[in-house]
Amino acid sequence: MSRSLRIQYFALLREQAGRSEERLQTSAATPAELYAELKGRYPFQLTPDQLRVAINAEFRDWATSLVDGDSVAFIPPVAGG
Amino acid sequence: MSVFRFAGAAIDGAALRTELADPASGGFAAFEGWVRNHNEGRDVRRLEYEAFEELAVKEGERIVRAAIERFGVAHALCVHRVGSLEIGELAVWVGVSSGHRGEAFQACRYIIDEVKHHLPIWKKEHYTTGDSGWVNCERCAEATHEHAR
Repeated sequence: MSRSLRIQYFALLREQAGRSEERLQTSAATPAELYAELKGRYPFQLTPDQLRVAINAEFRDWATSLVDGDSVAFIPPVAGG
Repeated sequence: MSVFRFAGAAIDGAALRTELADPASGGFAAFEGWVRNHNEGRDVRRLEYEAFEELAVKEGERIVRAAIERFGVAHALCVHRVGSLEIGELAVWVGVSSGHRGEAFQACRYIIDEVKHHLPIWKKEHYTTGDSGWVNCERCAEATHEHAR
């Protein structure tokens, strides 16, 4: 089943994707599948263990089921303060 | 009242301090994070802060409210900069007012530590050598460093 997602990119991933967001039609059912798909499209070197997942601006699990219309972001290692 | 927010321009700590004034408070503690001219052996010229603001504000509010609850302080507030910052500029400000000093120091420390470790905020250092790098992203360094050193 295909779903339409909004992907947001930040920091290093934003630079490597060359954009801060996009809409994507995908069959990826989880953030883990989605990130694997995006890695094929962009020169992402960060591995899932270095990233966290946010869906609709809440931290979520890599195995969460994605639904049509979700906003997904992968969070690189943070460095506030 | 919001207890965590972002600022796109210079943070005025003296003005923020007045937001925490309380006649029942006998103590006030603040922490200011400043942009430093060096990091891990490199000379830094300026910084860029980027945030996933929608998520960071929600999580930041949770952190500050948790500190108020946990340490029983009167008021607490955290403001974080985004955008381009020069050396010496204020990057983050945390203030806490409370009945006594002990819990004010504790809550202040708790907030800055949690903010640094958990909020989706990123810092890009621009070095005096002309190149740049995302902090805490060492293993992705090959991809970010435009230079050939």
